[in-house]
Amino acid sequence: MTLLTVEKLCVSIGGASILDQVSFDVAPGEILGLIGESGSGKSVTALSIMGLPPQGAKTKGSIKLAGEDILTARERRLCQLRGQAMGMVFQEPMTALNPLLPIGAQVAETILVHERVSKAEALERASQTLARVGLPPATFPLSRYPHELSGGQRQRVGIAIAIAMRPKLLIADEPTTALDVTTQAQVLDLLKGLVDELQMGMVMITHDLAVISTMAKRLAVMQSGRIVETAATEELLRKRRHPYSEALFAASTHKVELPPPPAAQRTLLEARDVLCAYPLPRQGMLTPRRALRAVDGVTFTLARGERLGLVGESGCGKSTLSRALLGLEPLQSGSIMLNGAPVRPNAADTQWRRTIQAVFQDPYGGFNPRWRVRSLISEPFHLLEEPPSGAAREDAVVDALTAVGLCAADADKYIHEFSGGQRQRIAIARALIIQPELILFDEAVSALDVSVRAQILDLLAELCRKRALSYLFISHDLAVVRSVTDRVMVMQAGKIVEQGATEQVFSAPQHECTRNLLASAPKLQIKNSAFQ
Amino acid sequence: MIRYLLGRLASLIISLIVASLVIFFVIEIIPGDPAAYMLGVGAQPDTLAALRAELGLDVSKPERYLRWVSGMLQGDFGISYTYRSPVSEMILERMWVSLPLALYALILSTLIAFPAGIYAASRRGKTGDFAVMGLSQLGVAIPNFWFAMLLVLAFAINLRLFASGGFPGWDKGFWVGMHALTLPAISLALPQAAILARIMRSALIDMLGEDFVRTARAKGLSRAQALRRHALRNALIPVLTIIGLQFSFLLAGAIVIEKVFYLPGLGRLIFQSISSRDLIVVESTVMLLVFVVIMVNFAVDIAYAAIDPRLRRRR
Repeated sequence: MTLLTVEKLCVSIGGASILDQVSFDVAPGEILGLIGESGSGKSVTALSIMGLPPQGAKTKGSIKLAGEDILTARERRLCQLRGQAMGMVFQEPMTALNPLLPIGAQVAETILVHERVSKAEALERASQTLARVGLPPATFPLSRYPHELSGGQRQRVGIAIAIAMRPKLLIADEPTTALDVTTQAQVLDLLKGLVDELQMGMVMITHDLAVISTMAKRLAVMQSGRIVETAATEELLRKRRHPYSEALFAASTHKVELPPPPAAQRTLLEARDVLCAYPLPRQGMLTPRRALRAVDGVTFTLARGERLGLVGESGCGKSTLSRALLGLEPLQSGSIMLNGAPVRPNAADTQWRRTIQAVFQDPYGGFNPRWRVRSLISEPFHLLEEPPSGAAREDAVVDALTAVGLCAADADKYIHEFSGGQRQRIAIARALIIQPELILFDEAVSALDVSVRAQILDLLAELCRKRALSYLFISHDLAVVRSVTDRVMVMQAGKIVEQGATEQVFSAPQHECTRNLLASAPKLQIKNSAFQ
Repeated sequence: MIRYLLGRLASLIISLIVASLVIFFVIEIIPGDPAAYMLGVGAQPDTLAALRAELGLDVSKPERYLRWVSGMLQGDFGISYTYRSPVSEMILERMWVSLPLALYALILSTLIAFPAGIYAASRRGKTGDFAVMGLSQLGVAIPNFWFAMLLVLAFAINLRLFASGGFPGWDKGFWVGMHALTLPAISLALPQAAILARIMRSALIDMLGEDFVRTARAKGLSRAQALRRHALRNALIPVLTIIGLQFSFLLAGAIVIEKVFYLPGLGRLIFQSISSRDLIVVESTVMLLVFVVIMVNFAVDIAYAAIDPRLRRRR
């Protein structure tokens, strides 16, 4: 018998259709994977099942949980069902918990809302639930606040909140997207174990095919509000019927054809014993302040024409190092030489600044919304002693835009007129325009959907062919780094623990940290793909 | 927590020292000799010198500053140039009107603003919200002295429920005093309540959009419960900041209302002493107000820490 049946669910907001005839079902103890790119309606589906569709949404069809229709249920009844019969785990563990309440109270609240029990009893049961999700009270007392926990631990609290009443249905909306690979593997294990133990039905929403292929028995592929294909995971890995599923799978396993690295050339960037430390809060009035060594004695070189990767978990010091390389972070000791000139924070000389440009992660926050694209991408010109003007400037703008696959007319538009992938192209155009020696990509494709990511990576390879680009590619995504770099460095706790030729490091990792990262990274194994 | 408090305390003391220096030197550069002002145009040079010595104006500036500060620390604020009575007594007497009035107005404004803001936020985009926001727009726009005159017309002249002005003193009894302060407090409170309600509403609406409120809803809390238990406490932080600022304003900025209701408050004291060059009174009153404002900010800081566990751990 099925636990959840969604039938011909349609959701529209102000006449615009968000979901169109969505149908699927979930049995007790089963994990259904709902996959698709951003904007395909995955989250709206999840929230509609919880009876929390977006404000002003009109719904049609039916959602039956153990025979009871959610869409027609009264709000009172829905409040009883939420938390008790169905629980939900959200994507952002950093913001999904109330920052002002201790974790024990937040888990106990789920119980107190639904049962007439004393506060002490609810807290006792909350403590058991937290222990079940891997936060035993001995090390994680109920009085802990969310800010005292890591992302993975917070996500465990989020799971405890969702399962405290042992619901029959668990909905997980991108539950591990914000987590590191090793933490992700642990949280996925936990979710799987809970589903088996409590015989819950689970709908797991994700854009990451590799993650879901290890979790779900069945997959439903969503595209712009519709489910285009539903099949057993095994079957889907072998054969896709719908062209969109095929495209999605192809993009997820996309291999970039990087031109061979140029022959050894002179050193472009040289970092020697770089140390960046932050003072930690004092433990006592008189104890000396200790420092967090975010980047701890990092030494490496990057030759002209080389494509170097940097991988590591969040908090390992990748971002601090990237800021140091851009001259945005003071060094406690050590030196960074770029093209023979020292990189000094806040130094006014533009000599070295014009040799390095950066592309960052967030395609939405990195642009001034009130500037036209022309001004946005020609901004680095101020670094030049004689910035081009008039026709030469316009030519450079058009050149940069066409190089990244946009057209000359785009120069007159504003940034909000572009999609995430196009914005990232504009960011690359901005980095290219003064033809720097080195480009730093800091998680530059991490916020993009798989198909867009594949396009941007292809663009990178194409630029390499045309311009002999040198870059440092920083990412937590091992597969991406593997496909676009010649050499890679692995960073852990501020130190570079392993470096070498990319293929060699990935196929025969020497350091334990590298091995852990590789073992935790979910792999998508497509058998007999139609493209192969 | 203790480290946080010590940090706030240290910044409080530094602010006080800096403020006292600024006040002292600003008053020093105001032209006009108080002694000459008191004695009039035809004063003899030796009488003038004697009076200057009596007022302590004949010593060097650093010494006068130190005398002034150490006097204040001992509760001696000096002697008023014009009234010839101790400044501390004058201020204390006025404080007994201004402080209760400010508190009264603050309580009224909070009592109006909280329910109004919460109601508007929970009915966002509906008629109730528009009604509350429309009223608050009106409350912000109407000058408080004009509103005060309307209150006097309605409640003092027509209905004869309140006196139209004056303050009988607290020795006639607590309720008599409160009765006399009611109309001034209402006219002070309404514009403040209107501002506060808007802040409360927008802070709450921000919080209702947060992920943790969605988590609370997924637990099975109703909209109202999620608002009360999760959004409200988080929204208090911006609201507290405004309350702190408003209290400082109510304490010293009530001068127009004091005029309308003929209340012997601090605002009028400052006004009178400035016009009669009674610099010692101005200096001391301003310093006292600065002290109160800094103390209120300190109290707000403590309240932040009580609400937000993240602040207790830091510095």
